[in-house]
Amino acid sequence: MKVSNQDRLYSILFVLPSIIGILVFVYLFIGWTGYISFTKWNNVLPDLQFVGFKNYIRLFQIERFQIDLQNTLVFTVLFILSCLVIGLGLAITLDQKLRGEGIFRSIFLFPMAIAFIVTGMVWRWILNPGSLELGSVGINQLFDKLGLSFLKSGWYTDPKIGIKAVVIAAVWQLSGYTMAMYLAGLRNIPIELREAALVDGATGFQIYRYVILPLLRPITVGAIIILGHISLKIFDLIMSMTGSGIGFSTDVPAYFMYDTTFRGNKFAQGSAIAVIILIMVGVLIIPYLISNARRGDEA
Amino acid sequence: MNALINQFNGMYPEVEVINATVAGGAGTNAKAVLKTRVLGGDPPDSFQVHAGHELIDTWVKSNYMEPLTFIYKEEGWDKSMPKGILDIVSYKNDYWSVPVNIHRANVLWYSKPIFQKYGLKPPRTFDEFFKLSEDLKAEGIVPMVMGTKEGWEAGHVFEAFLIGTLGAEGYSGLWTGRTKWSDPKVTEALELFKKMLDYLNTDHSALTWDEAGQYLIQGKGAMLIMGDWTNGWFMSKNYNDYGWALPPGNDGIFDALSDSFGLPKGSKNRDQVIAFLRVLGSRKGQEAFNKLKGSIPARADADKSIFNPYLQSTMDDWNNHKIVPSVIHGAAASEGWATEYKDVLALFVARKDVAKAQVALAAAAEDAGVSQ
Repeated sequence: MKVSNQDRLYSILFVLPSIIGILVFVYLFIGWTGYISFTKWNNVLPDLQFVGFKNYIRLFQIERFQIDLQNTLVFTVLFILSCLVIGLGLAITLDQKLRGEGIFRSIFLFPMAIAFIVTGMVWRWILNPGSLELGSVGINQLFDKLGLSFLKSGWYTDPKIGIKAVVIAAVWQLSGYTMAMYLAGLRNIPIELREAALVDGATGFQIYRYVILPLLRPITVGAIIILGHISLKIFDLIMSMTGSGIGFSTDVPAYFMYDTTFRGNKFAQGSAIAVIILIMVGVLIIPYLISNARRGDEA
Repeated sequence: MNALINQFNGMYPEVEVINATVAGGAGTNAKAVLKTRVLGGDPPDSFQVHAGHELIDTWVKSNYMEPLTFIYKEEGWDKSMPKGILDIVSYKNDYWSVPVNIHRANVLWYSKPIFQKYGLKPPRTFDEFFKLSEDLKAEGIVPMVMGTKEGWEAGHVFEAFLIGTLGAEGYSGLWTGRTKWSDPKVTEALELFKKMLDYLNTDHSALTWDEAGQYLIQGKGAMLIMGDWTNGWFMSKNYNDYGWALPPGNDGIFDALSDSFGLPKGSKNRDQVIAFLRVLGSRKGQEAFNKLKGSIPARADADKSIFNPYLQSTMDDWNNHKIVPSVIHGAAASEGWATEYKDVLALFVARKDVAKAQVALAAAAEDAGVSQ
């Protein structure tokens, strides 16, 4: 099909405002942040003297930042794995033509509609270990009442658990979303494929293992990308649920960035953290974008 | 705060005061909100700021504040306020904020019933402190209580340990470069602090300082090192069985911080703010505010008799003791430095690595431009 010059002009005019908006408000500010991260601006007044990688070198020497990177790794791995396993499990269960499927689907999907700030507040109460004045509260109180006191724990205030308690809240929020993705994937698999496998004598398990799961691979990759970029940037959940935690056991780079920029006035150091977060997300997403673009070219 | 606003409204009924307090530990959240507003060109008409480096380094040097010297002259505050406080609100021959109170950071609160029961006296040296802690532990009482949930508390208690081993001169020198952070006495303070952690309530990471204070109220814990807002908090809980002393080695030293209010440039209601600041600095205003907040007035001429016994004794100490600035509460060092100091101590509570902590403390000083 030949596109007339006039059509082309109109289409460019229509996307131009958003292109300019994105150039200015996304890429310009990314560039500005990157620039600041190489300057001396570590007090309130801007000081744009160039200092090379000094802020980065200093950052990696700070023990808090080393802990943050470990926490991010633990959080990302546990969070993605749990979401995938629970999401797939729920999707397969709902795919069995259950009665009231619509209701269950909504129930599992609803947490996604809640802001992380709210999720954080709620789980802060649920996993609150209680205090001397209040006694046990939240889930610890439940354990007490059920006679399961040995299960009581300090949750996010216990440095050994730390960030893993935050994973519980994040998984609660997003495993339903993962379920929805998988459910859509399952519904797209032609019924003939299952029937063919049945004719060939495959058991139910084998059908899932050798037919359905491989077909769901693009969904899994998509879910990992979406969940992964959320977990690498996670801030609001930590902010409202735990803060940086004892010995920084629930601290993450984004929270450190906030702390050092707005409490410590170290704008250059904060920018350096922002750039590192951007690079981490980039490492996750860019290979996906490239492979997508290649596939688009082939098609 | 509301007492002050009431008094102000009594005098200026036509002015509506909007109290936009941001809640949260030691004002840490409020500081972030404030910074965003001021840097974004929408400063509040007036705001609370710790006098000292937090005021000067963050706001005055960066040219966001108006000097208040003219109010000081008109109201005669340059005479009615003590020199110790005038020093930390001035920069380049001008005054920059109105101090409403003085808090003391280094106070050792103890449970009178427990001390009476076991015939104990408040410890004056670290040796006495640990001997007493050992005895109490054997009796099944938590010797020392602390909450570390919000992250700044350990840094606060450690100030008293630094003062205890370094003395007033040595401690103040840490913030000016006269004392090096590699000093063996800093090592000693870290070692003592580490030893103290063994006598702490085991659930400290789940509690804020006041939640930990419940140990004293319930007679399960013996001692707490915290600023004198603890006094106001005890009063609010109707708890009277507490005594106070200075932490080990802190004799004759007053670790001070001061809340103050300033006038940002570009304030939209400048005249009203100036009127408000006049009330803040007045004797009546300071008496009303401090009685409730549990701190002592910044002015030297306030009526002592209206304050409770703890505050009366603190007012005496304020005049007689050597004054040193608190770091965790913004008086001793810039916010960047104070934040790094806070982080090192918060981590130390979990890791207990003396050598690493000392290196990190020295690096924080170096970062702040105080060469080691």
